[in-house]
Amino acid sequence: MKPPPLVAHVAVFIGAALIAAYASAADQPDPLRYRELVHIVRQDCGSCHGLTLAGGLGPALTPEALADKPPEGLVATIVGGRPGTPMPPFLGIVSEAEASWIVDQLMRGFPADGGATAAAPTN
Amino acid sequence: MSAPQSARLAPPLVWVMVLSAMVLLLSACTTMPQTAARGTGDLGVVIERADGRLKVVETSGRTVLAEVEGLGDLSHASVVFSRDARYAFVFGRDGGLTKVDVLAARIVARVVQAGNAIGGAISQDGRIVVAQNYEPGGIKAFDADTLELLADVPADYGSEGKRSKVVGLADLPGNRFVYSLFDAGEIRVTDLSDPGNPKTERFAAGKQPYDALVTPDGRYYIAGLFGEDGLAMLDLWQPEKGVRKVLAGYGRGEAPLPVYKMPHLRGWAIAGGRAYLPAIGRHEVLVVDTRSWEEVSRIAVKSQPVFVMARPDGREVWVNFAFPDNGWVQVIDTLDNSVVETLQPGRAILHMEFTPRGEAVWLSARDDNRIVVYDTGSRRPLGALAAASPSGIFFTSRAARTGF
Repeated sequence: MKPPPLVAHVAVFIGAALIAAYASAADQPDPLRYRELVHIVRQDCGSCHGLTLAGGLGPALTPEALADKPPEGLVATIVGGRPGTPMPPFLGIVSEAEASWIVDQLMRGFPADGGATAAAPTN
Repeated sequence: MSAPQSARLAPPLVWVMVLSAMVLLLSACTTMPQTAARGTGDLGVVIERADGRLKVVETSGRTVLAEVEGLGDLSHASVVFSRDARYAFVFGRDGGLTKVDVLAARIVARVVQAGNAIGGAISQDGRIVVAQNYEPGGIKAFDADTLELLADVPADYGSEGKRSKVVGLADLPGNRFVYSLFDAGEIRVTDLSDPGNPKTERFAAGKQPYDALVTPDGRYYIAGLFGEDGLAMLDLWQPEKGVRKVLAGYGRGEAPLPVYKMPHLRGWAIAGGRAYLPAIGRHEVLVVDTRSWEEVSRIAVKSQPVFVMARPDGREVWVNFAFPDNGWVQVIDTLDNSVVETLQPGRAILHMEFTPRGEAVWLSARDDNRIVVYDTGSRRPLGALAAASPSGIFFTSRAARTGF
């Protein structure tokens, strides 16, 4: 006997939601670090790419601008920089996993800045 | 005899006085700005970059007088002042050019003149405001009264109709403007003395000029080069001699360190016949003699310098740094070219501005959401003002300076 369609739909939906939650939890930095990364990208990457990421001396990093770029290439650019241009390597400031999280967020439309974390002064 | 005469004359006289007083008071109600009459010499503006807002500040009592909203995307915003030091022209990243009445704290004109802009300048006679643009690359000149477009000078180069990003714009005597082309590696001088008929001269500069400065006398224009070791210098009194490379090979062939923020050359540090310049990819301030243009010294500093700014008397040079070391500031003594003070004024120090005679310096601490004011004599904090994500600080004393 087949289960009622509503039950099947709900089961599939809950299953998908759990898988999605698990997958995103796996590569999601902790909330404080996440906030810090958003702040760094908006403010410090923003000094060349613009606060709105619409571009400046560096190119635009909006979802439209990145749509046809392979994500691996973008991660490599963040981590290793781009020789011959002012784009510096950020490895040491962000990890490769964080760079790929940043690329993923950029391609979806980057989150708003929640401000600096209440950490000790930068040094 | 005289008493009845004066009794007849008095009423009209009283009426004249009462009526003129009423007219004066009424007109005062409609035309006077809300602030009381005051000078502008101790005023300035602070950019609140994330909120499209600026704060009008005064440096005598160190207070915020007013706020002005609606200025668009102010990441990398810069400001020049009208020659009467009453109006601020604010250049936004989004191409917005806004004329703000600093006394009345209101916008009097605004245009969106490009897709992506980086700053601007004002002519010697104060009549022309010029914006420098990344997209579309070039400069545009506007009437300083109305912001009406006067001239559009594209930074075109090569044979394929490409346009370069423009950096390092500065005003020169004679309503001329000098600027650099990041993508084309050129310095250009555009004469706007007849704005309807701009004339442009071109000079090969070197690889990737990223910013530039003009000396206080308007004679030398120095462009920093990102793509090569050295700076490009043009003597504007003898432009026919072309660009000369100064400090060539200052990197000594060593691999450059990462540059997480481009240094700013505008806001020059010329002190005691020497120019103090940020190295690119080296944690050094380079010192060059402004007569021979030979290297005098190089000073090891905390990190990649961003702003290297002389106190107005030239006795000291203050330096801030690129991310992630932007919580530090160092002070250089210009007599012996040594670092005499290392400070941590706050988190993410983006900009510094000296009061007109240099007794104090205002620093924007972006991540602390405040402006910190230091006494330059004791090098200790005098106070702080709240400001949301502050970046540039611009005092009206810039109105009288070439290159500001």
